[in-house]
Amino acid sequence: MTQLSPMQPTKVDVAVIGAGPAGMAAAVTASKAGLSVALLDEGQSLGGQIYRNIEHGTPFRDGILGPDYVAGRSLAESLRASDVTYLPRTSVWNISTDNMLDLSRDGSSSQLIADKIIVATGAVERPSPMPGWTLAGVTTVGALQILLKASGVVQEDAVLVGSGPLMWLVAAQMISAGTPPKAIVETTPKGRMAQAMPHILKALKGHRYLTKGLSMMRQVRGAGVPIYNAATDIRINGHEIAESVTFVSKGKEHTIRSSHIALHQGVVPNQQVTRLLRCDHKWDASQHCFRPVLDGQGKTSVPDVYVAGDGAGIGGAKSAALMGRLVALAIAQEKGKAAPERVYRLQAALASDGAVRPFLEAMYAPAPQFVKPAKETIVCRCEEVTAGAIEDAVDLGAPGPNQVKSFLRSGMGPCQGRVCGLVVSSIIAERRKASMDETGYYRIRPPLKPIPLSELANFQPLEVAQK
Amino acid sequence: MTQTADLIVIGGGIHGSSTALYAALRGMSVIVIEKDTVARHASGVNAGGVRRLGRHLAEVPLSQHSMEIWYGLQDMLGADCGFQIAPQIKVAETEEELDRHRERVQTLNRMGFYHETILDQAQVRHYLPAVADHVVGGLASLRDGFAQPFWTTTSIARKAAQEGVVFKEGERVLGLKRETDWTVTTDQGTYQATKVLNAAGAWAGALAGSLGEYAPVEAIAPMMIVTARLPKFCDAVVGATGRPLSFKQMPNGTVVIGGGRRGRADTATNKSEMLFPELRNTAATAMDIFPIMRGATIVRSWSGVEGRMPDDIPVLGASAKHEGLYHSFGFSAHGFQMGPGTGEMMAGLIATGATQFDLSAFAIDRFTAE
Ligand SMILES: Cc1cc2nc3c(=O)[nH]c(=O)nc-3n(C[C@H](O)[C@H](O)[C@H](O)COP(=O)(O)OP(=O)(O)OC[C@H]3O[C@@H](n4cnc5c(N)ncnc54)[C@H](O)[C@@H]3O)c2cc1C
Ligand SMILES: Cc1cc2nc3c(=O)[nH]c(=O)nc-3n(C[C@H](O)[C@H](O)[C@H](O)COP(=O)(O)OP(=O)(O)OC[C@H]3O[C@@H](n4cnc5c(N)ncnc54)[C@H](O)[C@@H]3O)c2cc1C
Repeated sequence: MTQLSPMQPTKVDVAVIGAGPAGMAAAVTASKAGLSVALLDEGQSLGGQIYRNIEHGTPFRDGILGPDYVAGRSLAESLRASDVTYLPRTSVWNISTDNMLDLSRDGSSSQLIADKIIVATGAVERPSPMPGWTLAGVTTVGALQILLKASGVVQEDAVLVGSGPLMWLVAAQMISAGTPPKAIVETTPKGRMAQAMPHILKALKGHRYLTKGLSMMRQVRGAGVPIYNAATDIRINGHEIAESVTFVSKGKEHTIRSSHIALHQGVVPNQQVTRLLRCDHKWDASQHCFRPVLDGQGKTSVPDVYVAGDGAGIGGAKSAALMGRLVALAIAQEKGKAAPERVYRLQAALASDGAVRPFLEAMYAPAPQFVKPAKETIVCRCEEVTAGAIEDAVDLGAPGPNQVKSFLRSGMGPCQGRVCGLVVSSIIAERRKASMDETGYYRIRPPLKPIPLSELANFQPLEVAQK
Repeated sequence: MTQTADLIVIGGGIHGSSTALYAALRGMSVIVIEKDTVARHASGVNAGGVRRLGRHLAEVPLSQHSMEIWYGLQDMLGADCGFQIAPQIKVAETEEELDRHRERVQTLNRMGFYHETILDQAQVRHYLPAVADHVVGGLASLRDGFAQPFWTTTSIARKAAQEGVVFKEGERVLGLKRETDWTVTTDQGTYQATKVLNAAGAWAGALAGSLGEYAPVEAIAPMMIVTARLPKFCDAVVGATGRPLSFKQMPNGTVVIGGGRRGRADTATNKSEMLFPELRNTAATAMDIFPIMRGATIVRSWSGVEGRMPDDIPVLGASAKHEGLYHSFGFSAHGFQMGPGTGEMMAGLIATGATQFDLSAFAIDRFTAE
């Protein structure tokens, strides 16, 4: 049984980064196979994004968040019943090539060495660059939901701008909480249904997801929330603080007043750790994101490094947990342990759970406004670099994001390119008429999370003798 | 087809590019061969310190010469290199350290150099209002400065190209041999020239070795960390005396901290890696010397691959073994400032066979293989 504040081990067979469904499942399976496992997550509690705060639910909050949320509780319970050492409030801010993890835990930094590393760091929201998105009061739909899950707080009068299943889910959750959004400005371009239709037969195998999606949309419409379809030319107005959002829908310009605008363009793999480790990545033209190149069981191009969950490509919570188990089995096998379950069963379950994805991906691919923002739009928020400045740097000869960074400092601020990375790459690719793979992505450098200088001064590294 | 030139430069860092530029200005035809891209390595990613202060005595004349070029460099290149004149100050934390600085200034004065001066406690506070109380004084070079390394090196290369230098990027020199002329073989072809310059940075030792010249270049990875923006509190570039530190607040408010400690460098893969435990003392030193840094947060870090010689000064001058072969490498983590002046000097040496600078301390045959 895991203690509340466990002793930190110095050496483990497997370090799992991220305690969402993928990380929890991987940790439990690896531990069952007889391996020593540390599960590290910067969050306060188990659960990751979907099951955030899962161990502290109230019937009221469970009711708002729904059965798919509550389903995470058994995973958390199995984790608690295992021999896994779970370290909350622990962010992994660097990993060196000898598998040494630099961690910050409750304000002090130390190290952990692992034979194998499972990256289960999940997804991040795709950036939605548009005029005014840097104003105070503009947030993301995911951030609204984090507030709801963590503290039960629901933002009043929020206007949701974007597309994708998560936006509809959060809208439905807000309605269940009694605080519906003021309006939904849907950005899915016209004609997307036709593009998605070829995938419908396959998607019907995952009809549970389709049914759930449709019922969420019905719930939102039924609650009387105004919905504007196929919105374009979106901009947020205001001086320092957002005051309203203006857009065109059905040939007509609308302005909605609100100082709480929440943006969303779907989620993409969080590449920070796999890029830091210089794993090979490839552009996925269907998901419109980079994903780490993996073998059939989650192994990257870098020895000892594995990826499970949405960090490997967006598949959702159920697939994340399945993949977590699959990766743990691969490691168990490699370490000569008997597998506690069958690989092929997991692979079949993964295939069936993923059937709906191509349909969703075609339907909710980001609209052009977000892939190639207008010249004056700020793309890198930290250093206030515009789309136009990036195009100019390309014209001056910068062939990729790292050279653009040297010219413009884009991606050098506190977020380290987490927010703007994909947009910067796509602007460069467009301008050069090059592919995303040719263009590449920012080289990610440590620390992955800001670290106080005083914490570095007090860093307690592992003694070389302990290796 | 074999291409020919008067001079082939191996390496498109600041040293290869500057030498190429000045050689072209002297009328030579020049080809620069760079295995990656210009400024990809140390010359594009260094801390940008344009520092004469505290240099090895053998480097002082060349460093001084380089500084004179730096003052007019942006005009000459017609480009923004982010160059700014700023004081460089090495603070003294004890009287004993300050005494050592006094002796150094006397030595420099005897050599005829007057750019370094002693600051007493009040003067140090004047330049560094945020400095800690225990600092007793310092050594300063008030008209040193800093620049943006990537802009600087690419601007020098661009100017060189305008003057007719041909840059071959993404092409690696595999070997060279001399019959009457030098034949340089790359992974893409062959070149011929009467003269060749080895300006291959951390990779230069292997090239020299392949020609029977021993040069123990160690690949090192100097490490830099960067903080989130702080209110403006420091205009100078600051170092410490008794412990390693380089410290600079950038115009945008971020603070760049480096000094001494090294990460991992690998010439085979081109990669360098941070080793944060090595920076514990550097972080502590920064907070000791500037108490305001106790509230700072690190948001970024970087390192690069650099060539270091055992005595921390470069190899400069003609080969000890082969006619028409020249070396300029091993700048040991402080070669950015030296770039323009050394390039100008080396071009003169290559074109005319002579230079007014005494290069004996930099000779390649000062090292002997065990
Ligand atoms: C904001 C947001 C909200 C979402 N909400 C839902 C939802 O309600 N329903 C749904 O079906 N899907 C939701 N998703 C989609 C979600 O990605 C998947 O459903 C699922 O959570 C993926 O599981 P995972 O285990 O791969 O990653 P996650 O559940 O995302 O878990 C990743 C974990 O890694 C941790 N982590 C990341 N980097 C580090 C680091 N450097 N050091 C330490 N820890 C680190 C994070 O704190 C996080 O807990 C959401 C996605 C996002 C981005
Ligand atoms: C993090 C860091 C901070 C620093 N800070 C400062 C500072 O503040 N002030 C200062 O003065 N100096 C500083 N330095 C040192 C300075 O950057 C270097 O001394 C200087 O740039 C060396 O220039 P170079 O042209 O000799 O080498 P490089 O810039 O390394 O160029 C050599 C080039 O040769 C190429 N090459 C090698 N082998 C071959 C081959 N076989 N074929 C073709 N091409 C080849 C390489 O790809 C490389 O581009 C710092 C260095 C680092 C890494």
